[in-house]
Amino acid sequence: MVAAATQSYLSLLALEPPGWGGVMLVGFIQSLKLAFGGYGLGLLIGIGGACGKLYGGPVLRDLMEVYTTLIRAIPELVLMLLLYYAGTDALSQLLALAGYGSVDINALTAGIFVIGVVQGAYATEVFRGAIKAVPIGQIEAARAYGMSSFQVLRRVTLPAMLPHALPGLANLWMVATKDTALLAVIGFSELTLVTRQAAGSTKAYMLFFLAAGAIYLAWTLVSSLVIRLIEKRARRGLTRTA
Amino acid sequence: MSEPTTLPAYTAPRPRSLFEPHRIVLMAIFAVLVFCVVWFMRWDWLPNYGTRLAYGVGETLIMLFSTAIVGFMLAVPIGLVQVTGPRPLSWLALTFCTIIRGTPLLLQLWMLYYGLGSLFAQYPEIRQSFLWPYLRQAWPYGFTALMISFAAYEGEVMRGAFAGVPRGELEAAEAFGMSRFKLFWRIWLPRAIHRALPTLNGETVLQLKATPLIATITVVDVYGVISRVRQDTFLTYEPLLLLALIYLCLTGLLIWGFRLLENRIPTRGA
Repeated sequence: MVAAATQSYLSLLALEPPGWGGVMLVGFIQSLKLAFGGYGLGLLIGIGGACGKLYGGPVLRDLMEVYTTLIRAIPELVLMLLLYYAGTDALSQLLALAGYGSVDINALTAGIFVIGVVQGAYATEVFRGAIKAVPIGQIEAARAYGMSSFQVLRRVTLPAMLPHALPGLANLWMVATKDTALLAVIGFSELTLVTRQAAGSTKAYMLFFLAAGAIYLAWTLVSSLVIRLIEKRARRGLTRTA
Repeated sequence: MSEPTTLPAYTAPRPRSLFEPHRIVLMAIFAVLVFCVVWFMRWDWLPNYGTRLAYGVGETLIMLFSTAIVGFMLAVPIGLVQVTGPRPLSWLALTFCTIIRGTPLLLQLWMLYYGLGSLFAQYPEIRQSFLWPYLRQAWPYGFTALMISFAAYEGEVMRGAFAGVPRGELEAAEAFGMSRFKLFWRIWLPRAIHRALPTLNGETVLQLKATPLIATITVVDVYGVISRVRQDTFLTYEPLLLLALIYLCLTGLLIWGFRLLENRIPTRGA
């Protein structure tokens, strides 16, 4: 009797339509896409921002400072709402001006943009600290070889700063995975929102929230394993400190 | 005899002034932007919501400080047992930290509010208890979620801080004949808090930025008030810009306050 009840309770998680497992899986994949896309965009912005802060002219430096300060001082949720509306508005008006008419902006693209801009500010700070930790002599040696400044960046600065940046970047990845959940408030169907919908329509709240929690936890645990491997590889050939 | 050559005295680079030419231009552009925002956008709703906004800010601050203080009191034992505690306890604390830090706060919040809330409602014992009037409201769930999250993140910080207190200081305290409790209270805890203070400031700012999440379970903080304004007036940007400004000020005040606090604590120069 109890076994049958448990059976039917757990069958809510089944992958086929009467169960909500499939829907949650789709939500999880959306979350993964958001995290990877936003994190990647954030890394690109971060490298650009760090170079701007370190090597740019006075105006660029000050603008970068304003960007990182603003993003880090305002709650992610508020930023996401602002960027989501402002970003989609600006882009659709731009496209309308270019003569494409009204275009619906893909929610996934907008979400990736939002997470990327937020992550970019933090990544800028991580990269800036890491680049400053590269011994100046290595960069001077590269210049003495006659490399252009872009070659110096690609061949020396970026690879040499990687071990210094990795702990910060790993932390950022964890933040990015957790930030994807905030898009649920905007109405993007990622794992957290889908979970709430499933829970609401079946009234099995605890079951679905615990399942989603387990998925997130597995995700972060696997991530930390992979990060440890990457760190080990990036630190090869460095003398061990402490 | 030649004069001994002396190196030219070191001159510190000129500190960057706020009034360099390019900064004046940037500030002018910024001022024009602010003027445009004030002049061309609709702000006529602002007087109607003034008191509610003030209450919202108050609610946000109450939530921030109450959860931070209670969370910190939980974080101290969590950090301590991971450094000295018996195996099962330290394992338990580590599991707690891993689970809370590994899942999004929004999910925890919704699990407590929707999940636990609906579970409580099924038991008549709970429904008839004196706690029920409180458990029917949203804020206990918001408070619990924020507090637990702060405790987990801060517990990790305190673990590092407790482990980082130099052994010599603890041994000196033992040599003075302090009991274990006195040693903890007089030496270990103050030194650990001192070490953790800069991180603690950062965590408190992060906690401030996490508080708007409780508006999703109908606690009316400043974010909740602004959401209400957006529903009433159908404005997209104006309320959100004001909200960003409010949080900017709160963050600035928080950082400033912590800097005052840090400066009051004497630190031996490195």
